[in-house]
Amino acid sequence: MAANPMSQFDVYRIGPEIKIGAFDISFTNASLFMIISTVSILLVFNFGSKRNSVLPNKMQLLAELSYTFVAKMISDTAGSKAKPYFAFIFSLFMFVLFCNMFGMIPYTFTVTSHIIVTFILASFIFIGVTIIGFIKHGFGYLKLFVPSGVPAVLLPLIVVIEIISYLSRPISLSVRLFANMMAGHTMMKVFGGFVISLGLVGGWLPLSFSVALTGLEILVAFLQAYVFAILTCIYLNDALNLHH
Amino acid sequence: MIKKIYFQSIFFSFLFLKEAFAAESGGMPQLNPEFWISQIFWLILTFGTMYVVLSKFILPKISNNLESRKSQILENIEAAEKQREDSEAKLKEYDEIILKSKSEAKTMFNQTREKVLKDIMAKKEVLDQQIDDEINKAEKEIEVLRVSAPDKINKIAIETSSELLEKLIGSGVNSSSISAIVDDLSKRNGDKYYGN
Repeated sequence: MAANPMSQFDVYRIGPEIKIGAFDISFTNASLFMIISTVSILLVFNFGSKRNSVLPNKMQLLAELSYTFVAKMISDTAGSKAKPYFAFIFSLFMFVLFCNMFGMIPYTFTVTSHIIVTFILASFIFIGVTIIGFIKHGFGYLKLFVPSGVPAVLLPLIVVIEIISYLSRPISLSVRLFANMMAGHTMMKVFGGFVISLGLVGGWLPLSFSVALTGLEILVAFLQAYVFAILTCIYLNDALNLHH
Repeated sequence: MIKKIYFQSIFFSFLFLKEAFAAESGGMPQLNPEFWISQIFWLILTFGTMYVVLSKFILPKISNNLESRKSQILENIEAAEKQREDSEAKLKEYDEIILKSKSEAKTMFNQTREKVLKDIMAKKEVLDQQIDDEINKAEKEIEVLRVSAPDKINKIAIETSSELLEKLIGSGVNSSSISAIVDDLSKRNGDKYYGN
């Protein structure tokens, strides 16, 4: 069972079954790692913001660098209007990053490798951005689907394409993160399995590949969190500043 | 290229899996909806809590820290700039004072020198005057003496000669004739006695 590369994504109940009405909200390993990620984020940033010295210590530097990194990312992609949404994008980035990174530790569970989790996050963003767009621009937000400078003949086609691409945003956003996480972890597990099956003689090649893959996966873990956050910023930018 | 290898290997791994674990594998666990509701619930709970705590307590503190540090550094730079300007102004003032005092000292020196010179000149003049006066006076006295000396000498000569004559001859000699002779002699020898 443990040799199955997909078994690392199994969700299982920890403790008793909890039900609210017909819904099963039992505490699972996924919930455990969500809580671990959340608590670590809160601890890191709590310790990073406690002391305010002119020469920051390591925790403070970490917190402040993350803060300025996300702030710069938002102001670069979505402009100054996106400032009220800083806290949301910051927590989104940190949540995805910490979940990805905790997933890199052997025998842990990767929360973001589940389509339902990423899809819910992406849906939050999609619904939120759409609401913001309609609040800011009213029905003028629909102009997003009508790019300027397009010949009138092509317009119906373009509008349909634009609507489809807009509606597919949550899917592309969630599938990108989920697929990257799942593929990477599966691959690492597969190479780990090769190390065992090829034994002492031939196992060194997949082992070295596995080591290299771990580095790559850490990069991917960071990159996917970054991409997730920056795409959110871009969608937000569309809603805040109508350029079409 | 790497991506291609990556996805190909995943594809092959799935093929490999299907053969090896066909009996026990139930497909992707992600697509099993058994715990979907639970995951959604816990996601909303944890993420929501984290968002609230971060946005209400932690992020304002960090931004506050950053702002205060920025303003503190700016203030320090400003203070340093101000102090530099102050010191520059003070240096200028100092230079000016030095220049002014130098010129003052020069003028004072010149003035005192002139004054002293004037004083010296005046005193010298007075002294010269006095010396001249005294010289003149002495000269006059000398002149007077020089003028009066021959007469007195003549008188003495006449008296002594008349007395001598009286004693020698025993009778008075006409004093006028003696004086005539003395005068004549003194006139002849005058050059010798007085250097005239």
